[in-house]
Amino acid sequence: MTASATSVLGVGNILWADEGFGVRCVETLERDFELDEQVTLVDGGTRGLALLEPLAAAGRLILLDAIAFGGAPGELVVVRNADVPRFVGQKAMSLHQTGMQEVLALAELQGRLPKELVCIGVEPVTLEDYGGGLSSLVAAQIEPAVALAVDQLRNWGHHVTRRTRPLAEVTVNVGALQREPYERGRPSAADACRIGDARFMQRSA
Amino acid sequence: MSALRTANGFELDNSGRRIVVDPVTRIEGHLRIEVNVDDDNVIRNAVSTGAMWRGLEVILKGRDPRDAWAFTQRICGVCTGTHALTSVRAVEDALGIMIPENANTIRNMMQLAQYVQDHLIHFYHLHALDWVDVVSALNADPQATSALQQSLSPWPLSSPGYFRDLQNRLQRFVDSGQLGPFRNGYWGHPAYRLPPEANLMAVAHYLEALDFQKEIAKIHTIFGGKNPHPNWLVGGVPSPLNLDGVGAVGGVNMERLNLVKKVIDDSIVFTEQVYLPDLIAIASFYKDWTYGGGISAQNLLSYGDIPARANDYTANGLLLPRGAIIDGKLDEVHEVDLKQRDDIQEFVSHAWYSYADESQGLHPFDGVTEANFVLGPNTQGSKTRIEAVDEAAKYSWIKSPRWRGRPMEVGPLARFVIGYAQGKPEFKEPVDKTLTDLGLPLPALFSTLGRTAARGLEAQWAAHTLLDFHEKLIARIQNGDLTTASSLKWSPDTWPETAEGAGFTEAPRGALGHWVRIEQGKIANYQAIVPTTWNAGPRDAQGNIGPYEASLLDTPMADPEQPLEILRTLHSFDPCLACATHVLDAEGSTRSAVQVR
Repeated sequence: MTASATSVLGVGNILWADEGFGVRCVETLERDFELDEQVTLVDGGTRGLALLEPLAAAGRLILLDAIAFGGAPGELVVVRNADVPRFVGQKAMSLHQTGMQEVLALAELQGRLPKELVCIGVEPVTLEDYGGGLSSLVAAQIEPAVALAVDQLRNWGHHVTRRTRPLAEVTVNVGALQREPYERGRPSAADACRIGDARFMQRSA
Repeated sequence: MSALRTANGFELDNSGRRIVVDPVTRIEGHLRIEVNVDDDNVIRNAVSTGAMWRGLEVILKGRDPRDAWAFTQRICGVCTGTHALTSVRAVEDALGIMIPENANTIRNMMQLAQYVQDHLIHFYHLHALDWVDVVSALNADPQATSALQQSLSPWPLSSPGYFRDLQNRLQRFVDSGQLGPFRNGYWGHPAYRLPPEANLMAVAHYLEALDFQKEIAKIHTIFGGKNPHPNWLVGGVPSPLNLDGVGAVGGVNMERLNLVKKVIDDSIVFTEQVYLPDLIAIASFYKDWTYGGGISAQNLLSYGDIPARANDYTANGLLLPRGAIIDGKLDEVHEVDLKQRDDIQEFVSHAWYSYADESQGLHPFDGVTEANFVLGPNTQGSKTRIEAVDEAAKYSWIKSPRWRGRPMEVGPLARFVIGYAQGKPEFKEPVDKTLTDLGLPLPALFSTLGRTAARGLEAQWAAHTLLDFHEKLIARIQNGDLTTASSLKWSPDTWPETAEGAGFTEAPRGALGHWVRIEQGKIANYQAIVPTTWNAGPRDAQGNIGPYEASLLDTPMADPEQPLEILRTLHSFDPCLACATHVLDAEGSTRSAVQVR
């Protein structure tokens, strides 16, 4: 079976702790797996309307994101097709005011919504740690989330094989921002304030 | 207070009803606006609050300065490339790194493409809905819409059938109940003036612009190696020129450069046949809506951008003008120097930060970013639920930047007026033509609509300038110059023990500066003043009010519970708060709450 074009899109802001989950998953997918040419990996960050391009280019889309859906901290969830927009709209915090829900609505209005859409989300533990990395609970879900993405890609007929050794140079995100150097190079709490305004930094229940 | 006159000459009166708009929608980040209106619903006091903590600078401490661009690219989702360019320029300035001619050309093309793309997105997706009533478009006659389109330009998407199909699509979208991008509109508001046909035409262009902005992004993908986060490089640009290559891998080849040319040509057509005609058509219905000028008729600032030649960052070497106009004197454009410690200073007397002496400002090289979230005695509500801020005390997470003690407006209007004042025909002629076409005098430029018009004219200028640089790049390649980066000072071994530098650009929404101090090969201090800091900043110790605040004064509101007029003027600045402050909307809601007290 020949697969049509698929994009795997990781979104969120890597500077805000667990918000970086989606991007880290895409990095890991590139590092550990060889994918056929029909699969495009995208580190979408918080690019809002700029994400219409990978969306329109894809017949099928896997979206990876940290979403406060009310699950247990670190819980993974998979949502499909028509359920995705409402689901990503629950996002309790977003740097990108043009959130994924709006991007999906615009794609629909344009008649360019991918014909299949799968969202793999994680319930974040903490977002209120500016300049920080993933919490351990969320970090532990990268591998399982990537495994779900791999299964989905194979179901769609893509050729996905685990690399015999991890790729030395991941390209989907620039080196200094990849998880290990980013987390290792973090300035101390004394040098860099990690919390902020009590009104806006509080987790919603 | 109840009534007073500010140092910069604005009459304020906070005795009337207080209206709170929080958050202001269709912008990046979290902005809160409070105004007082008089008995006739005219705005008599305005208070702009950046409602988030700002933390960009501190997380860069101790990092490799060659990586700073990548971090600054992640501050927000809008001007990613502009931050990256500013950052590499700051580091190059600190270390005395010269870049090759081709690198300058390619960086300019990235930046110019950003102007075209950002201005289009701003006009159609963030701002047009302040003038265009989407719901009214459902009542348009497709035949008449077609006639209207054909009277404005030769743009081919103009048949009655095209508009009928679009109207049906829109109707289905509205009927489905998920209004998406149109959810928070004040549809049917009396301040909307366009006939249904103009509304339908504008909605069509809203969708066409959404499609077209993706094409412009190809320029970023080609030169930056990837998108939506293109690569940048201290010392040049990262993607090599490789004329023998084919396809999208292995560097920039002729096939890619031809694609860039096509995108530029299409940008010129879209700007001239769609964007500018829409601007004039819409403006012609709002000619007497002359509000929103604020301080633009007094103080304007631009750092300039688009160096004609590599490494020449002098005012004369920049195609986008540099300079400052103060106290409304258009006959004198002052020189601007980012390193002049007395010129650019940030004050925190009304911002939630602390300085040792808050009557003084600090230049970014000496900048301090220490949070101090305290509320004034006249605040209503609590720290976690502010009902009304006390503008006599600290009230914003945005500092108050000042140039020679004055608040300055930055952005396309500032750039065009400075170019106009310098007598540069490429800025003066399109401004004069636009004013003539609309039958308006020069002072009409200093308004909400003037800001919006300048942005459109700049998109057209940028598209044509893109073409010039494309030709320059091709000519140099044909002469055998394929150099795109210099690695002479790549190694930290070649750097001095300590160094400091300033980098600047004109972001789409205005002057952007980064200041870096490097010690032993690492970042010791990093400060940024972003355009929205200039425009959205609060009052200062002298009581001068900021550009957003001043722009809202004296505007009449049809219905204070539906603050369309406030949105209209604020959106004309193209606010982008994610980097002016720093984040976090606990409710994640983009629905604007309006409270009348």
